[in-house]
Amino acid sequence: MALDENIIARWQQSELLVLGGSAGSFKHIFNAVRVFPVNLNKTVLIIIHRKKNFFSEIENLFAENSRMSLREVTDKDIIHKNTIYIAPANYHTLIESKDNFGLDVSEAVWYSKPSIDVSFECAAEVFKSKCTAVLFSGANQDGARGMLSLRTNGALTIAQDPDEAEMPDMPRAAIKLNAAEYVLKSNDILDLFKT
Amino acid sequence: MHAQSEITTQQIAELIALIEKLYGFDFGNYSKASLRRRIIRIMQLQKLPFYDLKHQLVNKTGFFQHFLEEITVNVTEMFRDPTFYHALNNQIIPYLSSYQHSKIWCAGCSSGEEAYSLAILLNEAGLRKKTFIYGTDINTEMLNEARKGIYSLRKIKSYAENYQMSGLSGSIIDHFTVLYDAATIHNELKQNTLFSVHNLVSDGVFNEFQLISCRNVFIYFENVLQERVLELFYNSLAPLGFLCLGTKETIRSEPFRKRFKVINQKENIYQKIGS
Repeated sequence: MALDENIIARWQQSELLVLGGSAGSFKHIFNAVRVFPVNLNKTVLIIIHRKKNFFSEIENLFAENSRMSLREVTDKDIIHKNTIYIAPANYHTLIESKDNFGLDVSEAVWYSKPSIDVSFECAAEVFKSKCTAVLFSGANQDGARGMLSLRTNGALTIAQDPDEAEMPDMPRAAIKLNAAEYVLKSNDILDLFKT
Repeated sequence: MHAQSEITTQQIAELIALIEKLYGFDFGNYSKASLRRRIIRIMQLQKLPFYDLKHQLVNKTGFFQHFLEEITVNVTEMFRDPTFYHALNNQIIPYLSSYQHSKIWCAGCSSGEEAYSLAILLNEAGLRKKTFIYGTDINTEMLNEARKGIYSLRKIKSYAENYQMSGLSGSIIDHFTVLYDAATIHNELKQNTLFSVHNLVSDGVFNEFQLISCRNVFIYFENVLQERVLELFYNSLAPLGFLCLGTKETIRSEPFRKRFKVINQKENIYQKIGS
């Protein structure tokens, strides 16, 4: 499907891009990281479910394949443009303001810490319509409720096409809640990021 | 009926002012994103719209105590971040063993898991009789839990995984007495701990320590409050005493970066220098 003018305009107005995913999402998020130009002029926050205590190669793999600078979020990190931030394991990543992230060790949401819902809800609160959110493959329903807050606040919300997702539950939950304004295949999502 | 899921910045400010006035607790420099989530959580759990929440805080006896328990995050684990305990064991314990006696402050200890993790570590290093651990928190109910030192077997199982990954050579269960589905920390370890109320926002220096561990507390404080608490920690540390922060926390304040030497960057272990 061709991208319409509305989606392109809204993407281009966004200051923040939040990508959420769980099982089966790694490949798609990795591909997205590879297409971002060095001057994307946005902040990117990635929330992928992962286990605590297991040293993960995600940061290294992403960093080696990204033109933007990339780091794992630490407490009160300054939010810079043209930077990719990864939500650390065993914390929720919050957004204090347009200038700072925050972290929280409170209860897991949908058995997940980091929780996509938590970061999406913060993004909705702070960035409102100046945000684009994408929910990729995953086997639970984390992210759907947060995506609904984003949509209610005027953000551009996109679910990966469940027919294409390895684990369709997560994008499907968002669609069911009427939280996803667009349902796109991963190639179309990548095309959007290139506009 | 769906409970209230939003609260304005103005309402948060109102609530903070009300609590300070009625109960003397100052949440003014707590990180707002987390505070917002905690307040919404309370409103949802209690099915209270904002106005009713305020009403209960003013009028209902005992409600504030409950509010305090819920507003602070009390999620904790034993041996959380195993690599931290590994570093502590290798880099700090040798220092502590050179002292006749060391005092340790576990600030923001919640239900005691971190304090007892330290107690276990020290016990295994043979320092139990030479060390004393003070655990403090603002939450009296959590302190009662800490004093009991009783944890569900389900939790202990997950703590055992952490323990295993920290590279310690013993077995976590050796430090507990198991009865049915609960495990109680051994008395000899409890005897080396004291749990009491202390508010990092408003209370001062109460002893001199060789080691202060305050992990995953700074994330709830804005930078200005972090700096005030750093001052308190600096003044509470003996010369060359150690400060441990959470793995994702850091000393952001420039003046304090000069007054603490980095011992382990990744695990956020610092040492007091200067005078």
